[in-house]
Amino acid sequence: MNLEGKQQIWKDYQKEIADDRYFYARSCIRQTFFPGSEWAYLDIMKNKLAKDVIDDPRHTTCTGIGYHSDIVPAETIMTVVARHFALMTEAGYENMTPSCITSFGIYTEILETWHHHPEVEEKIREFLWKATKREFKKPRNLAHTSDIIYKFRNEIAAQAKYKLVDVHTGRPLRGVDHIGCHYSKMFPTKGIGGAEFPAVLSGMIYAWGGDVIDYPERRHCCGFGFRQYLVMANRGYSVANSKKKFESMQPYEPDFIVANCPGCAMFMDKWQYTISEMEGTTYGQDGYGIPVLTYEELTALVLGYDPWEIGLQMHQVSVEPLLDKMGISYNPEAKFKNIRGEDIGVPKCPTYLRV
Amino acid sequence: MNCGVCTAICPAAEFYNYDPRVIVETVQRGNEEEIEELLKSDTIWYCGECMSCKTRCPRCNTPGLVIMALRKISQELGYFVYSEKGRQQYALKHVIGESILKRGYCVTPDLVKPEMHPEQGPVWEWIYEHLDDVYERTHSNYRQPGAGALREVDSESMDELRKIFDVTGGTEFLEKIDSCSQHVADKEKIDLEEAYFLKTYMENSGRHQ
Repeated sequence: MNLEGKQQIWKDYQKEIADDRYFYARSCIRQTFFPGSEWAYLDIMKNKLAKDVIDDPRHTTCTGIGYHSDIVPAETIMTVVARHFALMTEAGYENMTPSCITSFGIYTEILETWHHHPEVEEKIREFLWKATKREFKKPRNLAHTSDIIYKFRNEIAAQAKYKLVDVHTGRPLRGVDHIGCHYSKMFPTKGIGGAEFPAVLSGMIYAWGGDVIDYPERRHCCGFGFRQYLVMANRGYSVANSKKKFESMQPYEPDFIVANCPGCAMFMDKWQYTISEMEGTTYGQDGYGIPVLTYEELTALVLGYDPWEIGLQMHQVSVEPLLDKMGISYNPEAKFKNIRGEDIGVPKCPTYLRV
Repeated sequence: MNCGVCTAICPAAEFYNYDPRVIVETVQRGNEEEIEELLKSDTIWYCGECMSCKTRCPRCNTPGLVIMALRKISQELGYFVYSEKGRQQYALKHVIGESILKRGYCVTPDLVKPEMHPEQGPVWEWIYEHLDDVYERTHSNYRQPGAGALREVDSESMDELRKIFDVTGGTEFLEKIDSCSQHVADKEKIDLEEAYFLKTYMENSGRHQ
């Protein structure tokens, strides 16, 4: 195939991402398990990249976890999302950037549904007016917050304090990327690289000096499965899927996992502990787990943010092996202290997983 | 279309005795008795809605969306209480549905109780015991007014959210789940919000693989 043909094909796997002026929609899961990631994202956008991002406190959940647990009807979630569009419109913004992959998938699904069925959009406009007396314009651009970081990955590289390189050996660090099912499996043209060529996170890793592991189960679900995790009786489904991924990636000796979706990041962190308790198995080096980061955490580390300020102490799998490889200086004594430096105890040690 | 690529890629088919190809085939056959049996079965509740089937279907069909439609009908007709996995809809309504309407979020930290989530491990247990300190350290605005992670959603926004549920049929749908579940709890002579909730949240007959 000639170069021109290849470039044409690759164009199908790109997407338009707005340059500036973003309406930010928070994530229920990310703010619960990785609140420091949301803070770091906004700080990086405003203070490192000089971008305009509005964080309107009046937006609520999109109800996505309820929708995919089948307790929230389609008309309801569409109208809740329409309210978010109304808040964006009222604030004078046109670019919607949800922090959650479930939300991103839902926003995409809704806009696609309205595109093909304008009568549904009309009905939702009526519902929104009846419930809130609000009106909205559809976003001109929809991008997940990781798309934004991807877009500015080279600007971030130019400001980097640390690289994804083992400072002791000079070897590029090997990262596993997990883009999350709802990022592009439903609407492949809406994600960078589509569902086949996951590029949004790997693009960041390469730009910051690391290497990417292409392992057999790279595209497999983390196992969230909504009701399959949320109901205790079903959690075997969830852990079994993550285990399949860990066993597939382990032979490649990853230095870290980076996840697009906050749920995936949480599961791949917590299930490593669970599997260690169930079977005595650990997947990292010397009895540690494989550190799991959100893409905001990875970005913040590269830019030199303090690991505890961005919340890495909230992870079950210790991140210190990765910090040491990157040559990041940190205060181990401060890890579990509160903001005033007071002692608030430390977590108990797992039976097998080294921390 | 009956190639079974959806089944080959399906994480649920790997874990459960589950086959999305057969479900779509059953729906397409249009036999009312078979479909009613399906709506009352555990089978339709095995899917994880990852939508991997959407990516792989050579004809761009989505068995996962067919499942979502079947689940909706099963609840509208009250058939979900006929199966162990279907009855779990009460647990989901009780935890996620009520959180949405009370707090404006699907999930909040205080919902993730360590005794209900042993898989979360000792670090989460430590976080749970020090919610205010940990969230303050990570720049959150936990349960406070204004912007920021985990902020308290203001009362006007909560009113609008609840009104949206009322206007769009969301409230009625949750009430339907409640009333069908209440009927079963009454028959079993157990309290809906405690014993029935715990039963639907924790019961696993082990007959699903």
